Amino acid sequence: MNDHTLPFAITLDPGSSKQNHTGSWRSERPVYVDRLPPCNHQCPAGENIQGWLYHAESGDYAEAWRALMRDNPMPAVMGRVCYHTCETACNRGKLDEAVSIHSVERFLGDYAVEHGLTPPVDAPPSGKRVLVIGAGPSGLSAAYHLTRLGHAVTIREAGPMAGGMMRFGIPKYRLPREVLDAEIARILAMGVTLELNTKVEDIEAAFAEGFDAVFTAVGAHLAKRTEIPAHAAGRILDAVTLLQQVEMGEAPQLGRRVIVYGGGNTAMDVARTVRRMGADEAMIVYRRSRKEMPAHEFEAAEAEEEGVLIHWLRTIKGIEGADFTVEKMVVDADGRPQPTGETEVLEADTLVLALGQDVDTTFLTRVEGVQIAKDGVVSVDAHMMTGRPGLFAGGDMVPAERTVTVAIGHGKKAARNIDAWLRGGVADPAPKQELAAFENLNTWYYDDAPRSVQAQLSLIRRQSSFDEVVEGLTEETAQYEARRCMSCGNCFECDNCFGVCPDNAVIKLGPGNRFKIDYDYCKGCGICVAECPCGAIRMEPEVD
Amino acid sequence: MTDDTPQKVRFYQTGTHTVGNRLMDEAARTVQASPDRSNAITSGHRACQGCGEALGARYALDAAMRASGGRMVAVNATGCLEVFTTPSPESSWQIAWLHSVFGNAPAVATGVAAAMRMRGKTDVRVVAQGGDGGTTDIGFGCLSGMFERNDDVLYICYDNEAYMNTGVQRSSATPPAARTATTQAIGPHPGNIFGTGKNMPRIAMAHNIPYVATASVADLHDLEAKVTRAMSIGGARYIHIFVPCPLGWGSASHDTVKLARLAVESGLFPLFEAEHGEVTAVKKIRHQVPVEDYLRPQGRFRHLFREGHEDRPTIEAIQRMADANIRRYGLVEEDAA
Ligand SMILES: Cc1cc2nc3c(=O)[nH]c(=O)nc-3n(C[C@H](O)[C@H](O)[C@H](O)COP(=O)(O)OP(=O)(O)OC[C@H]3O[C@@H](n4cnc5c(N)ncnc54)[C@H](O)[C@@H]3O)c2cc1C
Ligand SMILES: Cc1ncc(C[n+]2csc(CCOP(=O)(O)OP(=O)(O)O)c2C)c(N)n1
Ligand code: SF4
Ligand code: SF4
Ligand SMILES: [Mg+2]
Repeated sequence: MNDHTLPFAITLDPGSSKQNHTGSWRSERPVYVDRLPPCNHQCPAGENIQGWLYHAESGDYAEAWRALMRDNPMPAVMGRVCYHTCETACNRGKLDEAVSIHSVERFLGDYAVEHGLTPPVDAPPSGKRVLVIGAGPSGLSAAYHLTRLGHAVTIREAGPMAGGMMRFGIPKYRLPREVLDAEIARILAMGVTLELNTKVEDIEAAFAEGFDAVFTAVGAHLAKRTEIPAHAAGRILDAVTLLQQVEMGEAPQLGRRVIVYGGGNTAMDVARTVRRMGADEAMIVYRRSRKEMPAHEFEAAEAEEEGVLIHWLRTIKGIEGADFTVEKMVVDADGRPQPTGETEVLEADTLVLALGQDVDTTFLTRVEGVQIAKDGVVSVDAHMMTGRPGLFAGGDMVPAERTVTVAIGHGKKAARNIDAWLRGGVADPAPKQELAAFENLNTWYYDDAPRSVQAQLSLIRRQSSFDEVVEGLTEETAQYEARRCMSCGNCFECDNCFGVCPDNAVIKLGPGNRFKIDYDYCKGCGICVAECPCGAIRMEPEVD
Repeated sequence: MTDDTPQKVRFYQTGTHTVGNRLMDEAARTVQASPDRSNAITSGHRACQGCGEALGARYALDAAMRASGGRMVAVNATGCLEVFTTPSPESSWQIAWLHSVFGNAPAVATGVAAAMRMRGKTDVRVVAQGGDGGTTDIGFGCLSGMFERNDDVLYICYDNEAYMNTGVQRSSATPPAARTATTQAIGPHPGNIFGTGKNMPRIAMAHNIPYVATASVADLHDLEAKVTRAMSIGGARYIHIFVPCPLGWGSASHDTVKLARLAVESGLFPLFEAEHGEVTAVKKIRHQVPVEDYLRPQGRFRHLFREGHEDRPTIEAIQRMADANIRRYGLVEEDAA
């Protein structure tokens, strides 16, 4: 130091305090981080939900849709049928109510259809050919992602139309067919070849034909059955067949009173469909209580609103003509139904069995290396590949939850792994960041903002037509809803850190470029960390 | 004040509680959000980690600089703000700044305003500032005179509730029960006594001056709006800003803004504006909290929360002070109550 040249009691050169590097006082330093938002973490299709909401917040719906399409090729469908577990995970649920992610997604999907937006194909042609078996959500998703990665894709579909259970399971009143058709057509328009009415029976023959890899996603279509002693029973149908017949306009006469047996989403959809077909009494008989049913609460509630009568804790013991003897059950401590010996009689003209579906694996049992797991589903490794090299599988036919979203996620994951495999490597997804927990947020900064509600069709029309029940959001509501997102764990440029630093040690880098810390002057007080609304800064010990 | 943004879809993400944000209209963002803010106090100052006074002074003076188009002189009483910014020959001030002595900043500011008037520089505005000790105790007479004469000065008090610069001695702004170097946490009534002290904003109001306001480092939009409003008026004006002091309060450096927020949200520090002696606007409490939430994190109130010997009567007495403020200023939304 220059103390020999300075006047008495003066230790620093004259001038600005900037020569005093107070950063040396620090024992901890603030560091900007990107944490994984719980919605993204939860999404079975691996969407960057926060990322696409970000664009919707500023009204750039096309960019929001493109960001969404990086992971999911069917946002309009998804925004309608996905069970949106992301919303259960959403941190905003701990503040007031979760962001209505699905309704914004649906808005973006419809916006893209309306404006004819199309996804880009990013990669140059690879020269590789991939066969996809089954045009359900999983197969369509794989085809889409493989095409974007540069591969030539052919889909072979046993049925007369593409869509799988999205068309032959989920009824029109939840998923209008124009929406489904538009999103399928957009995938096909990217250059995917679709061969309808073409059931694949021989996998090895397909490889021999010249396909470099095969993705199979044939779903689960074999209706489960149950033994019921029946004398001169009336009509007994299975749910999936009935829904398929309705879709094809070939539905049989059901009579005035219909019993649907089962407590899953299929049972709810069948009962609601039956109601719309004119049955006066649509009843569901289910062996456990509301708490244990596999259907979602809102599905049961919507069915009941439409006049479906649910007989909880009942099993069908026998059928005599139109008389159904049902036994009352109780649920034991493990949630299993136990008989009570008490019976009663219900009257019905038709019984529809909605007891779940099994996978038809006959065409795979001959393929060397393919393992069939318990429950008759096909085993795959962490890369979605079966025991037969080059044969991948996903969707309802592999061990996982059976939803459209999981199926679409499998399609993406399989496509990335097939791509890596075709290029002689292994897909190496980026390591997951630490979770953006609610405790990382400073929610004081978020305004009170109640969740927007989607309007519903009138009850009269819900009982008599197949018109869509749940309505979409207007642009203004969709943008409002997007803005309810708290941007958990990732800087959204609110300028708080830049403002609250008592030492002016935060540097603003301009729109889109976030901020950086000037460690020459940062004293490490940690106010920026405490006052960052979204938890995008972390304190780390200073190491020297 | 900031509730009616002109945007079509309201800025619901953070309302207008954050400093800035890409979705907010430029006009609705704070001065602090701008990279072009004057930074009245620049980096390298010697305030403690997390100093509320350094923050509050920059907030207030940057807003005043914008309001005056940079044509402004600041007079500063002795205290932390002066000492940590200006150890001669070095200074953090990036504005025209003048140090008086401990007790006479209002009088010096009056003189500066008179000098400017004499020299025809009527566009140059004068701001005077000091700590709570400099304002409510030693500078009290000068300040009262400045108010009484309605001199054209904005006086800002940075209230950290004690004489911090000389080692945390009690001032007439120190709250009851707080431990300071001169009100130790010993005896039957530990800490500062109840029933004394001065309410400076109300004393200022009693002078019937054109403008009086309270503000907090926890509500930047509100603080800037008040400084801007004060700068648009002539005559004597007074703003009292609440600035937590980690050293004197025994609080964590990262809790400075949080404590200021809890003081407002508990009702202990009401935010309001008054013109010519009448309260004209009040900032409602958004999420009311018990005073305990505010007191507990502070070392100066630690003796109220001793394991197994919580001093409920004292905590309740402080809660009654907050409740009285809530009643007096109507701090809680009627339908929310
Ligand atoms: C009534 C009902 C309602 C549902 N509602 C919802 C809902 O709201 N939300 C949700 O997320 N999920 C719902 N699901 C579940 C969801 O539909 C399925 O999990 C999903 O469709 C599975 O997709 P996938 O691609 O694996 O199979 P699928 O959709 O079943 O598609 C498989 C396709 O492969 C074809 N195929 C089969 N075998 C062959 C073969 N050998 N060769 C060529 N093609 C073949 C089939 O014809 C079919 O088109 C519902 C299911 C049902 C039955
Ligand atoms: C006449 C006189 N008496 C005492 C002092 C010593 N002194 C300097 S600053 C200060 C305390 C300042 O307290 P406050 O005004 O509350 O400001 P703070 O440091 O807390 O910001 C004292 C007592 C002085 N400078 N002049
Ligand atoms: S608030 Fe936004 S980022 Fe956070 S979990 Fe919900 S949707 Fe995701
Ligand atoms: S003692 Fe308090 S007021 Fe003074 S510089 Fe330190 S934190 Fe700021
Ligand atoms: Mg003080």
